[in-house]
Amino acid sequence: MADRSTFAATAMEFAPQLYSAALRMTRNRADAEDLVQETMLRGYRSFHTFTEGTNLRAWLFRILTNVYINKYRAAQRRPDESDLADVEDMYLYRRVPSMESAAASLSAEDQFLDLFTDDEVKSAVEHLPESFRLPVLLADVEGFAYKEIAEMLDVPIGTVMSRLHRGRKAMQKELYQYAQERGLTD
Amino acid sequence: MSDCAETLRELEPFLDGELAEEVRHHVHHHLDACPDCQQAFEFHLELKQAIRRKCSEDALPDSLISRLEVCLTEDFDGDGVIGDEG
Repeated sequence: MADRSTFAATAMEFAPQLYSAALRMTRNRADAEDLVQETMLRGYRSFHTFTEGTNLRAWLFRILTNVYINKYRAAQRRPDESDLADVEDMYLYRRVPSMESAAASLSAEDQFLDLFTDDEVKSAVEHLPESFRLPVLLADVEGFAYKEIAEMLDVPIGTVMSRLHRGRKAMQKELYQYAQERGLTD
Repeated sequence: MSDCAETLRELEPFLDGELAEEVRHHVHHHLDACPDCQQAFEFHLELKQAIRRKCSEDALPDSLISRLEVCLTEDFDGDGVIGDEG
């Protein structure tokens, strides 16, 4: 059983990560701030249920995900998932050759993905339909294991894997569209 | 496992660190011998790293820092318990 008086000192360390994730979830600053505050309050109030020595970061992200799903999800317009159904595997990777002349302008220490701005990558995540956005966020940005994500989202591990797969394909397609819009493709 | 299609099916769990040791070993073995698959794996590793890097650097707003400090240090509803909602 964890001592409440130590909560602020230990949990505040994770506030920046929680806020970044909250921004990707809610897609706006005001809701993201409310979401993080609510997460911290709930964490504080239920800190006696936290088992010391286990993963506090995962515990806080579980609260964040729950608060988001219960409080904010319903209020947000859901993008249509059906138009993601037939995105080709490795969508962006297969189109790298068409971006060769743009890639030639990169300096030696740059990676290919540096062709995309931070805002474009954030936007590609934020444009995912929510059922794909949360797994991608929790796996790729936060580095949680499939099992942890399955527990946070209360779905089977197989569902986490298939949503990750579809979400990543959709992200690659979105990034390629940004490349086309910016004239990075031949 | 020497087949490319089979290896590429394991691409995501491999990069996510979710493969059992034995399968992981087979994937490594194939990648060592297959430049095409190696290239695909490297691209997707870079993509995963880029997503992580570019999506986790939002600065915590001062307004939120003060809100958190207040709600975690003040008994603002006077019930003798810090952090409870009023």
